[in-house]
Amino acid sequence: MTKEVSIVDLVKVIRSKNAGPFELTFDIIFKDKETYEKVKKTKVITKELIAKLYHISIEKVLHFVEFDPANAIKATIVRPVDSGSIGETDVYGAQQHAPLLEIKIPYEE
Amino acid sequence: MKEIRVLSPVGMLGYGFPAESFQKGLEKKPHVIAADAGSTDAGPHKLGAGVGIVSKEATKKDLTLMLTAGCENKIPVIIGSAGGSGAEVHLNWTSEIVKEIAKEKNLHFKMALIHAEVEKDYLQKKLAQGKIKPLGPVPELTSKDIEEATRIVAVMGVHSHIKALEMGAEVIIAGRSNDPAMFAALPIKEGYDPGLALHMGKILECGAMASTPGTTSDCMMAYLREDCFIVEPTNPLRKCIPSTVAAHTLYEKSSPLHIIGPEGVVDVTGCKFEQFSERAVKVSGSKLKKSETINIKLEGASKVAYRTICIAGLRDPIMIKQIDECEKHVRDTVLTYFSNISPEDYSLIFHIYGRNGVMGELEPQKEITSHELCLILEAVAKDQELANTICAFARSTLMHYSYKGRIATAGNLAFPYAPSDIPTGAVYRFNIHHLVEVDDPDELFSIEMVEV
Repeated sequence: MTKEVSIVDLVKVIRSKNAGPFELTFDIIFKDKETYEKVKKTKVITKELIAKLYHISIEKVLHFVEFDPANAIKATIVRPVDSGSIGETDVYGAQQHAPLLEIKIPYEE
Repeated sequence: MKEIRVLSPVGMLGYGFPAESFQKGLEKKPHVIAADAGSTDAGPHKLGAGVGIVSKEATKKDLTLMLTAGCENKIPVIIGSAGGSGAEVHLNWTSEIVKEIAKEKNLHFKMALIHAEVEKDYLQKKLAQGKIKPLGPVPELTSKDIEEATRIVAVMGVHSHIKALEMGAEVIIAGRSNDPAMFAALPIKEGYDPGLALHMGKILECGAMASTPGTTSDCMMAYLREDCFIVEPTNPLRKCIPSTVAAHTLYEKSSPLHIIGPEGVVDVTGCKFEQFSERAVKVSGSKLKKSETINIKLEGASKVAYRTICIAGLRDPIMIKQIDECEKHVRDTVLTYFSNISPEDYSLIFHIYGRNGVMGELEPQKEITSHELCLILEAVAKDQELANTICAFARSTLMHYSYKGRIATAGNLAFPYAPSDIPTGAVYRFNIHHLVEVDDPDELFSIEMVEV
Protein backbone atom coordinates (compact mmCIF):
# COMPACT_ATOMS: atom_id res chain seq x y z
CA MET A 1 0.00 0.00 0.00
CA THR A 2 1.27 3.47 -0.84
CA LYS A 3 0.87 6.31 1.61
CA GLU A 4 2.29 9.79 2.05
CA VAL A 5 5.08 9.96 4.59
CA SER A 6 6.58 13.14 5.98
CA ILE A 7 10.23 13.48 5.09
CA VAL A 8 10.93 14.21 8.75
CA ASP A 9 10.26 10.53 9.48
CA LEU A 10 12.76 9.38 6.86
CA VAL A 11 15.82 11.49 7.58
CA LYS A 12 18.59 11.85 10.08
CA VAL A 13 19.53 15.36 9.03
CA ILE A 14 17.88 18.23 7.17
CA ARG A 15 19.96 21.38 7.31
CA SER A 16 20.84 24.57 5.52
CA LYS A 17 24.16 26.39 5.65
CA ASN A 18 26.26 28.88 3.73
CA ALA A 19 28.52 27.39 1.10
CA GLY A 20 30.65 30.50 0.92
CA PRO A 21 29.05 33.94 1.26
CA PHE A 22 27.05 33.77 -1.97
CA GLU A 23 25.45 30.34 -1.88
CA LEU A 24 23.10 28.50 0.41
CA THR A 25 23.26 24.73 0.52
CA PHE A 26 20.72 22.18 1.75
CA ASP A 27 21.59 18.68 2.95
CA ILE A 28 18.96 15.97 3.27
CA ILE A 29 20.57 12.90 4.81
CA PHE A 30 18.41 9.80 5.05
CA LYS A 31 18.23 7.30 7.93
CA ASP A 32 19.78 4.45 5.98
CA LYS A 33 20.67 3.19 2.52
CA GLU A 34 17.32 1.46 2.06
CA THR A 35 15.26 4.58 2.82
CA TYR A 36 17.54 6.73 0.66
CA GLU A 37 17.22 4.38 -2.32
CA LYS A 38 13.41 4.21 -1.91
CA VAL A 39 13.08 7.99 -1.83
CA LYS A 40 15.46 8.41 -4.74
CA LYS A 41 13.31 6.05 -6.79
CA THR A 42 10.17 8.15 -6.22
CA LYS A 43 11.93 11.11 -7.92
CA VAL A 44 9.91 13.48 -5.72
CA ILE A 45 12.94 15.50 -4.62
CA THR A 46 14.21 17.31 -7.68
CA LYS A 47 15.76 20.57 -8.69
CA GLU A 48 12.25 21.71 -9.67
CA LEU A 49 10.90 20.92 -6.21
CA ILE A 50 13.62 22.99 -4.54
CA ALA A 51 12.82 25.94 -6.83
CA LYS A 52 9.12 25.56 -6.03
CA LEU A 53 9.58 25.32 -2.26
CA TYR A 54 11.66 28.49 -2.14
CA HIS A 55 9.71 30.38 -4.82
CA ILE A 56 12.81 30.90 -6.92
CA SER A 57 13.53 30.33 -10.59
CA ILE A 58 15.21 27.05 -11.50
CA GLU A 59 18.37 28.89 -12.66
CA LYS A 60 18.95 29.88 -9.03
CA VAL A 61 19.30 26.23 -8.08
CA LEU A 62 23.00 25.90 -8.85
CA HIS A 63 23.57 22.27 -7.93
CA PHE A 64 21.38 19.28 -7.27
CA VAL A 65 23.20 16.06 -6.44
CA GLU A 66 22.36 12.66 -5.05
CA PHE A 67 25.39 11.58 -3.04
CA ASP A 68 25.22 7.82 -2.49
CA PRO A 69 28.10 7.43 0.00
CA ALA A 70 26.27 9.68 2.49
CA ASN A 71 22.71 8.54 1.61
CA ALA A 72 22.14 12.20 0.95
CA ILE A 73 20.52 14.59 -1.46
CA LYS A 74 22.08 18.00 -1.69
CA ALA A 75 20.93 21.20 -3.37
CA THR A 76 22.60 24.58 -3.54
CA ILE A 77 20.87 27.85 -4.35
CA VAL A 78 21.95 31.44 -4.85
CA ARG A 79 21.63 33.37 -1.58
CA PRO A 80 18.90 36.05 -1.77
CA VAL A 81 21.41 38.46 -0.18
CA ASP A 82 25.13 37.78 0.13
CA SER A 83 26.08 36.85 3.66
CA GLY A 84 26.08 39.78 6.06
CA SER A 85 25.17 42.40 3.46
CA ILE A 86 22.37 44.93 3.89
CA GLY A 87 19.06 43.10 4.08
CA GLU A 88 20.53 39.93 5.57
CA THR A 89 18.30 37.82 7.81
CA ASP A 90 20.51 34.79 8.50
CA VAL A 91 24.28 35.38 8.33
CA TYR A 92 25.24 31.68 8.65
CA GLY A 93 22.28 30.50 6.57
CA ALA A 94 21.58 27.89 9.22
CA GLN A 95 17.80 28.42 9.53
CA GLN A 96 16.63 28.30 5.93
CA HIS A 97 15.68 24.63 5.87
CA ALA A 98 12.08 24.74 7.15
CA PRO A 99 10.32 24.54 3.76
CA LEU A 100 12.11 21.20 3.18
CA LEU A 101 10.35 19.75 6.23
CA GLU A 102 7.05 20.00 4.32
CA ILE A 103 8.12 17.45 1.70
CA LYS A 104 5.88 14.40 1.53
CA ILE A 105 7.05 11.14 -0.01
CA PRO A 106 4.67 8.52 -1.48
CA TYR A 107 5.99 5.50 0.33
CA GLU A 108 5.35 1.78 -0.15
CA GLU A 109 4.74 0.09 3.17
CA MET B 1 53.13 0.20 7.47
CA LYS B 2 53.53 3.83 6.50
CA GLU B 3 51.31 6.15 8.54
CA ILE B 4 51.14 9.82 9.48
CA ARG B 5 48.96 11.06 12.32
CA VAL B 6 47.25 14.44 12.50
CA LEU B 7 45.54 15.86 15.59
CA SER B 8 42.81 18.48 15.28
CA PRO B 9 42.03 19.66 18.81
CA VAL B 10 39.17 21.99 17.92
CA GLY B 11 37.02 23.09 14.98
CA MET B 12 37.71 26.76 15.56
CA LEU B 13 40.61 28.11 17.59
CA GLY B 14 39.08 29.76 20.65
CA TYR B 15 35.99 27.56 20.82
CA GLY B 16 37.66 25.50 23.56
CA PHE B 17 38.25 21.75 23.87
CA PRO B 18 38.57 19.32 26.81
CA ALA B 19 42.17 18.95 28.04
CA GLU B 20 41.54 15.21 28.62
CA SER B 21 40.58 14.69 24.97
CA PHE B 22 43.70 16.54 23.88
CA GLN B 23 45.85 14.41 26.18
CA LYS B 24 44.31 11.26 24.69
CA GLY B 25 45.20 12.59 21.25
CA LEU B 26 48.80 13.22 22.31
CA GLU B 27 49.06 9.63 23.52
CA LYS B 28 48.54 8.55 19.89
CA LYS B 29 51.75 10.40 19.03
CA PRO B 30 50.56 12.83 16.35
CA HIS B 31 53.10 14.13 13.81
CA VAL B 32 51.33 17.49 13.62
CA ILE B 33 48.76 19.46 15.63
CA ALA B 34 46.70 21.84 13.53
CA ALA B 35 43.65 24.06 13.86
CA ASP B 36 41.55 26.34 11.75
CA ALA B 37 40.99 29.79 13.20
CA GLY B 38 38.81 31.41 10.61
CA SER B 39 35.90 31.33 8.23
CA THR B 40 33.77 33.63 6.11
CA ASP B 41 30.73 32.21 7.90
CA ALA B 42 30.21 35.08 10.30
CA GLY B 43 29.91 37.55 7.45
CA PRO B 44 32.13 40.27 5.96
CA HIS B 45 32.44 42.37 9.12
CA LYS B 46 35.50 40.56 10.56
CA LEU B 47 37.54 41.02 7.43
CA GLY B 48 36.27 44.53 6.82
CA ALA B 49 36.68 45.85 10.34
CA GLY B 50 39.79 43.78 11.09
CA VAL B 51 38.37 42.07 14.15
CA GLY B 52 37.97 38.46 15.28
CA ILE B 53 35.04 36.34 16.32
CA VAL B 54 36.52 34.76 19.44
CA SER B 55 38.01 36.47 22.47
CA LYS B 56 41.70 36.86 23.12
CA GLU B 57 41.33 34.92 26.39
CA ALA B 58 39.74 31.94 24.67
CA THR B 59 42.30 31.94 21.86
CA LYS B 60 45.10 32.09 24.39
CA LYS B 61 43.64 29.21 26.40
CA ASP B 62 43.46 26.92 23.34
CA LEU B 63 46.85 28.01 22.01
CA THR B 64 48.52 27.48 25.38
CA LEU B 65 47.56 23.80 25.40
CA MET B 66 48.64 23.34 21.78
CA LEU B 67 51.96 25.21 22.00
CA THR B 68 53.00 23.61 25.28
CA ALA B 69 52.32 20.12 23.94
CA GLY B 70 54.00 20.96 20.64
CA CYS B 71 57.19 22.18 22.31
CA GLU B 72 57.35 19.33 24.84
CA ASN B 73 56.88 16.63 22.22
CA LYS B 74 58.60 18.31 19.26
CA ILE B 75 55.40 18.33 17.22
CA PRO B 76 54.79 21.17 14.75
CA VAL B 77 51.75 23.32 15.52
CA ILE B 78 49.93 24.92 12.59
CA ILE B 79 47.21 27.57 12.81
CA GLY B 80 45.45 28.62 9.62
CA SER B 81 43.26 31.66 8.88
CA ALA B 82 44.64 33.31 12.00
CA GLY B 83 42.44 35.74 13.86
CA GLY B 84 39.25 34.89 11.97
CA SER B 85 39.94 36.34 8.53
CA GLY B 86 43.69 35.94 8.12
CA ALA B 87 44.57 39.53 7.14
CA GLU B 88 47.62 41.38 8.55
CA VAL B 89 45.78 42.73 11.57
CA HIS B 90 44.51 39.23 12.39
CA LEU B 91 47.93 37.67 11.91
CA ASN B 92 49.57 40.22 14.22
CA TRP B 93 46.87 39.74 16.85
CA THR B 94 47.50 35.99 16.89
CA SER B 95 51.28 36.29 16.77
CA GLU B 96 51.21 38.62 19.81
CA ILE B 97 49.19 36.04 21.72
CA VAL B 98 51.70 33.33 20.75
CA LYS B 99 54.60 35.49 21.97
CA GLU B 100 52.78 36.22 25.22
CA ILE B 101 52.26 32.50 25.86
CA ALA B 102 55.89 31.70 25.00
CA LYS B 103 57.07 34.30 27.49
CA GLU B 104 54.78 33.11 30.26
CA LYS B 105 55.55 29.42 29.73
CA ASN B 106 59.19 29.90 28.81
CA LEU B 107 58.76 28.22 25.41
CA HIS B 108 61.20 28.66 22.52
CA PHE B 109 60.57 27.83 18.91
CA LYS B 110 60.96 28.91 15.31
CA MET B 111 57.73 30.55 14.20
CA ALA B 112 56.69 31.17 10.61
CA LEU B 113 54.21 33.92 9.91
CA ILE B 114 52.63 33.47 6.51
CA HIS B 115 51.16 36.68 5.18
CA ALA B 116 47.99 36.53 3.10
CA GLU B 117 46.86 40.14 2.74
CA VAL B 118 47.08 41.27 -0.87
CA GLU B 119 48.49 44.53 -2.22
CA LYS B 120 45.95 46.45 -4.25
CA ASP B 121 48.46 47.48 -6.94
CA TYR B 122 49.31 43.84 -7.57
CA LEU B 123 45.62 43.00 -8.03
CA GLN B 124 45.02 45.96 -10.33
CA LYS B 125 47.79 44.62 -12.55
CA LYS B 126 46.32 41.12 -12.48
CA LEU B 127 42.91 42.54 -13.33
CA ALA B 128 44.33 44.45 -16.29
CA GLN B 129 45.98 41.22 -17.48
CA GLY B 130 42.61 39.45 -17.38
CA LYS B 131 43.78 37.01 -14.72
CA ILE B 132 40.87 37.49 -12.30
CA LYS B 133 37.52 35.76 -12.67
CA PRO B 134 34.37 35.50 -10.52
CA LEU B 135 34.00 32.60 -8.09
CA GLY B 136 30.36 31.53 -7.87
CA PRO B 137 27.38 33.80 -8.50
CA VAL B 138 29.20 37.15 -8.32
CA PRO B 139 29.82 39.86 -10.94
CA GLU B 140 33.11 40.43 -12.77
CA LEU B 141 35.67 42.27 -10.67
CA THR B 142 36.21 45.96 -11.36
CA SER B 143 39.10 48.26 -10.56
CA LYS B 144 36.71 50.19 -8.30
CA ASP B 145 35.98 47.05 -6.24
CA ILE B 146 39.69 46.71 -5.52
CA GLU B 147 39.96 50.39 -4.59
CA GLU B 148 36.93 50.25 -2.32
CA ALA B 149 37.93 47.13 -0.41
CA THR B 150 39.04 47.76 3.16
CA ARG B 151 41.08 44.57 3.15
CA ILE B 152 41.76 41.81 0.64
CA VAL B 153 43.15 38.40 1.48
CA ALA B 154 44.21 35.50 -0.69
CA VAL B 155 43.44 31.97 0.43
CA MET B 156 46.59 29.85 0.56
CA GLY B 157 46.84 26.14 -0.07
CA VAL B 158 49.36 23.60 1.24
CA HIS B 159 52.15 25.17 -0.85
CA SER B 160 53.03 27.93 1.63
CA HIS B 161 52.55 25.73 4.70
CA ILE B 162 54.91 23.13 3.22
CA LYS B 163 57.44 25.81 2.42
CA ALA B 164 57.33 27.08 6.00
CA LEU B 165 57.87 23.54 7.30
CA GLU B 166 60.83 23.14 4.95
CA MET B 167 62.28 26.36 6.33
CA GLY B 168 62.28 24.71 9.73
CA ALA B 169 59.16 26.23 11.25
CA GLU B 170 58.05 24.56 14.47
CA VAL B 171 55.02 26.79 14.80
CA ILE B 172 53.15 28.20 11.80
CA ILE B 173 50.72 31.06 12.16
CA ALA B 174 49.23 31.47 8.74
CA GLY B 175 46.96 34.10 7.28
CA ARG B 176 43.86 33.08 5.34
CA SER B 177 44.20 29.40 4.46
CA ASN B 178 42.05 26.91 2.62
CA ASP B 179 40.39 24.91 5.41
CA PRO B 180 42.15 21.56 4.79
CA ALA B 181 45.61 23.08 4.17
CA MET B 182 46.92 23.07 7.76
CA PHE B 183 46.12 19.38 8.14
CA ALA B 184 47.23 18.23 4.70
CA ALA B 185 50.52 20.15 4.44
CA LEU B 186 52.85 17.88 6.40
CA PRO B 187 51.38 14.66 4.94
CA ILE B 188 51.72 15.97 1.37
CA LYS B 189 55.27 17.14 2.11
CA GLU B 190 56.04 13.61 3.32
CA GLY B 191 54.78 12.16 0.06
CA TYR B 192 51.29 11.00 1.05
CA ASP B 193 48.49 11.02 -1.50
CA PRO B 194 47.26 14.63 -1.81
CA GLY B 195 43.66 13.65 -2.57
CA LEU B 196 43.38 11.64 0.63
CA ALA B 197 45.32 14.23 2.62
CA LEU B 198 43.04 17.08 1.51
CA HIS B 199 39.87 15.07 2.09
CA MET B 200 41.22 14.18 5.55
CA GLY B 201 41.83 17.90 6.14
CA LYS B 202 38.26 18.69 5.18
CA ILE B 203 37.02 16.25 7.84
CA LEU B 204 39.47 17.49 10.49
CA GLU B 205 38.94 21.21 10.08
CA CYS B 206 35.75 21.13 12.15
CA GLY B 207 37.23 19.22 15.10
CA ALA B 208 34.95 16.41 16.24
CA MET B 209 31.99 17.60 14.18
CA ALA B 210 32.14 14.53 11.92
CA SER B 211 31.44 12.25 14.90
CA THR B 212 28.33 11.55 16.90
CA PRO B 213 27.43 13.37 19.07
CA GLY B 214 29.19 15.91 16.89
CA THR B 215 30.81 19.12 18.09
CA THR B 216 33.44 21.60 16.99
CA SER B 217 34.65 21.83 20.59
CA ASP B 218 36.46 18.50 20.87
CA CYS B 219 39.40 16.66 19.34
CA MET B 220 39.61 14.47 16.24
CA MET B 221 42.54 12.28 15.28
CA ALA B 222 43.33 11.12 11.76
CA TYR B 223 45.66 8.36 10.62
CA LEU B 224 46.68 8.78 7.00
CA ARG B 225 48.06 5.71 5.25
CA GLU B 226 49.07 5.02 1.68
CA ASP B 227 45.61 4.08 0.39
CA CYS B 228 43.17 5.42 3.01
CA PHE B 229 42.73 7.56 6.07
CA ILE B 230 41.09 6.71 9.36
CA VAL B 231 39.37 9.25 11.59
CA GLU B 232 38.51 8.80 15.24
CA PRO B 233 37.42 11.25 17.94
CA THR B 234 39.76 11.07 20.91
CA ASN B 235 36.93 11.51 23.41
CA PRO B 236 35.53 8.01 24.18
CA LEU B 237 32.03 9.49 24.48
CA ARG B 238 31.98 10.18 20.74
CA LYS B 239 32.32 7.95 17.73
CA CYS B 240 32.61 8.18 13.97
CA ILE B 241 30.26 6.16 11.83
CA PRO B 242 30.34 6.11 8.02
CA SER B 243 27.30 8.36 7.73
CA THR B 244 28.72 11.10 9.99
CA VAL B 245 31.97 11.22 8.05
CA ALA B 246 30.25 11.03 4.67
CA ALA B 247 27.81 13.73 5.80
CA HIS B 248 30.66 15.98 6.82
CA THR B 249 32.24 15.54 3.40
CA LEU B 250 29.33 17.51 1.96
CA TYR B 251 29.07 20.08 4.76
CA GLU B 252 29.25 23.76 3.75
CA LYS B 253 30.05 22.95 0.12
CA SER B 254 28.00 23.66 -2.95
CA SER B 255 28.68 20.29 -4.53
CA PRO B 256 29.31 17.15 -2.49
CA LEU B 257 31.27 15.43 -5.22
CA HIS B 258 34.20 17.78 -5.37
CA ILE B 259 36.34 19.52 -2.77
CA ILE B 260 37.76 22.51 -4.61
CA GLY B 261 40.97 24.22 -3.55
CA PRO B 262 44.14 25.81 -4.85
CA GLU B 263 45.68 22.37 -5.46
CA GLY B 264 42.86 21.36 -7.79
CA VAL B 265 39.69 19.37 -7.25
CA VAL B 266 39.40 16.39 -4.93
CA ASP B 267 36.90 14.04 -6.51
CA VAL B 268 35.04 12.09 -3.83
CA THR B 269 32.52 10.47 -6.19
CA GLY B 270 34.08 7.04 -5.79
CA CYS B 271 34.80 7.33 -2.08
CA LYS B 272 34.19 4.51 0.37
CA PHE B 273 33.34 5.15 4.01
CA GLU B 274 33.66 2.03 6.18
CA GLN B 275 33.48 1.31 9.89
CA PHE B 276 37.08 0.53 10.78
CA SER B 277 36.76 -0.12 14.50
CA GLU B 278 34.16 0.67 17.12
CA ARG B 279 34.68 4.44 16.97
CA ALA B 280 36.76 4.90 13.82
CA VAL B 281 35.87 5.23 10.14
CA LYS B 282 38.09 4.42 7.19
CA VAL B 283 37.87 6.55 4.06
CA SER B 284 39.37 5.61 0.71
CA GLY B 285 39.05 6.55 -2.94
CA SER B 286 39.42 10.35 -2.81
CA LYS B 287 41.41 11.52 -5.82
CA LEU B 288 43.04 14.86 -6.55
CA LYS B 289 42.71 16.14 -10.08
CA LYS B 290 45.38 18.79 -10.30
CA SER B 291 44.38 21.97 -12.06
CA GLU B 292 46.45 23.07 -15.02
CA THR B 293 46.76 26.62 -13.77
CA ILE B 294 47.18 27.87 -10.21
CA ASN B 295 44.03 29.70 -9.19
CA ILE B 296 43.92 31.35 -5.80
CA LYS B 297 40.76 32.55 -4.14
CA LEU B 298 40.51 36.20 -3.14
CA GLU B 299 38.25 37.61 -0.44
CA GLY B 300 37.67 41.30 0.03
CA ALA B 301 35.30 43.39 2.12
CA SER B 302 34.25 46.98 1.69
CA LYS B 303 32.44 49.39 3.96
CA VAL B 304 29.00 50.19 2.58
CA ALA B 305 27.04 51.93 5.32
CA TYR B 306 26.40 52.48 9.02
CA ARG B 307 23.62 50.84 10.97
CA THR B 308 21.27 51.64 13.84
CA ILE B 309 18.70 49.16 15.11
CA CYS B 310 15.72 49.28 17.43
CA ILE B 311 14.19 46.15 18.96
CA ALA B 312 10.51 46.17 19.87
CA GLY B 313 7.73 43.72 20.65
CA LEU B 314 4.13 43.85 19.39
CA ARG B 315 1.30 42.20 21.34
CA ASP B 316 -1.88 43.96 20.16
CA PRO B 317 -3.89 41.58 17.93
CA ILE B 318 -5.63 44.46 16.14
CA MET B 319 -2.26 45.91 15.16
CA ILE B 320 -0.64 42.54 14.34
CA LYS B 321 -3.36 41.92 11.75
CA GLN B 322 -2.38 45.16 10.03
CA ILE B 323 1.40 44.94 10.36
CA ASP B 324 2.00 45.20 6.60
CA GLU B 325 -0.07 48.37 6.43
CA CYS B 326 1.76 49.79 9.50
CA GLU B 327 5.08 49.11 7.79
CA LYS B 328 3.91 50.90 4.67
CA HIS B 329 2.75 53.91 6.69
CA VAL B 330 6.13 54.23 8.39
CA ARG B 331 8.01 53.94 5.08
CA ASP B 332 5.81 56.58 3.43
CA THR B 333 6.08 58.95 6.39
CA VAL B 334 9.87 58.66 6.51
CA LEU B 335 10.10 59.36 2.77
CA THR B 336 7.90 62.43 3.02
CA TYR B 337 9.49 63.83 6.17
CA PHE B 338 13.03 63.41 4.86
CA SER B 339 12.26 64.58 1.34
CA ASN B 340 15.41 66.74 1.60
CA ILE B 341 17.55 63.58 1.85
CA SER B 342 18.16 61.36 -1.16
CA PRO B 343 16.51 57.95 -0.68
CA GLU B 344 19.76 56.46 -1.95
CA ASP B 345 21.55 57.66 1.17
CA TYR B 346 19.67 55.34 3.49
CA SER B 347 17.41 52.32 3.69
CA LEU B 348 14.92 51.19 6.24
CA ILE B 349 14.49 47.48 6.86
CA PHE B 350 11.76 45.80 8.89
CA HIS B 351 12.74 42.45 10.36
CA ILE B 352 9.44 41.14 11.67
CA TYR B 353 9.84 37.89 13.61
CA GLY B 354 6.54 36.05 13.54
CA ARG B 355 6.05 37.14 9.93
CA ASN B 356 9.20 36.44 7.88
CA GLY B 357 12.06 37.62 10.08
CA VAL B 358 14.18 34.53 9.52
CA MET B 359 13.62 33.79 5.86
CA GLY B 360 12.69 37.15 4.34
CA GLU B 361 11.69 36.72 0.72
CA LEU B 362 12.31 32.96 0.85
CA GLU B 363 9.53 32.49 3.46
CA PRO B 364 6.73 30.41 1.94
CA GLN B 365 4.27 30.90 4.85
CA LYS B 366 2.42 34.14 4.31
CA GLU B 367 -0.04 34.06 7.21
CA ILE B 368 0.92 35.31 10.68
CA THR B 369 -0.15 32.80 13.32
CA SER B 370 1.71 34.17 16.34
CA HIS B 371 0.08 36.14 19.18
CA GLU B 372 3.15 38.38 19.41
CA LEU B 373 5.74 39.72 16.99
CA CYS B 374 9.28 40.92 17.41
CA LEU B 375 10.30 43.84 15.27
CA ILE B 376 13.84 44.84 14.57
CA LEU B 377 13.79 48.16 12.90
CA GLU B 378 17.02 48.65 11.00
CA ALA B 379 18.24 51.86 9.46
CA VAL B 380 21.35 51.76 7.31
CA ALA B 381 22.74 55.00 5.99
CA LYS B 382 25.83 56.63 4.57
CA ASP B 383 26.86 57.81 8.03
CA GLN B 384 26.04 56.91 11.62
CA GLU B 385 24.24 60.17 12.34
CA LEU B 386 21.81 59.65 9.48
CA ALA B 387 21.23 56.02 10.50
CA ASN B 388 20.41 57.20 14.04
CA THR B 389 18.08 59.87 12.67
CA ILE B 390 16.15 57.54 10.36
CA CYS B 391 15.85 54.84 13.01
CA ALA B 392 14.59 57.25 15.68
CA PHE B 393 12.03 58.83 13.36
CA ALA B 394 10.75 55.46 12.09
CA ARG B 395 10.52 54.20 15.67
CA SER B 396 8.51 57.18 16.97
CA THR B 397 6.27 57.11 13.91
CA LEU B 398 5.40 53.45 14.47
CA MET B 399 5.09 53.89 18.24
CA HIS B 400 2.30 56.44 17.86
CA TYR B 401 0.69 55.48 14.55
CA SER B 402 -3.08 55.44 14.76
CA TYR B 403 -3.80 52.36 12.68
CA LYS B 404 -7.36 51.38 11.83
CA GLY B 405 -9.42 50.28 14.83
CA ARG B 406 -6.73 51.21 17.36
CA ILE B 407 -8.01 51.18 20.95
CA ALA B 408 -4.65 50.94 22.75
CA THR B 409 -3.77 54.59 22.41
CA ALA B 410 -0.76 54.82 24.73
CA GLY B 411 1.83 53.36 22.35
CA ASN B 412 2.25 50.51 19.87
CA LEU B 413 5.62 49.06 20.79
CA ALA B 414 7.14 47.26 23.79
CA PHE B 415 10.84 48.12 24.04
CA PRO B 416 12.94 45.69 26.05
CA TYR B 417 15.74 48.24 26.38
CA ALA B 418 16.33 51.87 27.18
CA PRO B 419 17.76 53.41 25.12
CA SER B 420 15.59 51.79 22.47
CA ASP B 421 17.93 52.62 19.59
CA ILE B 422 21.30 50.93 19.24
CA PRO B 423 23.94 52.20 16.83
CA THR B 424 25.93 49.16 15.64
CA GLY B 425 28.58 50.87 13.53
CA ALA B 426 29.90 50.15 10.08
CA VAL B 427 28.33 47.63 7.71
CA TYR B 428 30.50 45.72 5.28
CA ARG B 429 29.91 43.47 2.32
CA PHE B 430 32.04 40.88 0.56
CA ASN B 431 32.81 42.83 -2.58
CA ILE B 432 35.55 40.48 -3.78
CA HIS B 433 35.01 36.74 -4.10
CA HIS B 434 37.10 35.87 -7.12
CA LEU B 435 39.91 33.68 -8.38
CA VAL B 436 43.26 35.04 -9.45
CA GLU B 437 45.52 33.04 -11.70
CA VAL B 438 49.16 33.13 -10.61
CA ASP B 439 52.41 31.67 -11.92
CA ASP B 440 53.63 30.94 -8.42
CA PRO B 441 51.71 31.11 -5.10
CA ASP B 442 54.76 32.87 -3.62
CA GLU B 443 53.61 36.00 -5.46
CA LEU B 444 50.83 36.25 -2.89
CA PHE B 445 52.12 34.64 0.28
CA SER B 446 55.37 35.65 1.92
CA ILE B 447 56.88 33.82 4.85
CA GLU B 448 58.52 35.59 7.77
CA MET B 449 60.57 33.51 10.22
CA VAL B 450 60.64 34.65 13.83
CA GLU B 451 62.70 33.22 16.68
CA VAL B 452 60.43 33.07 19.71
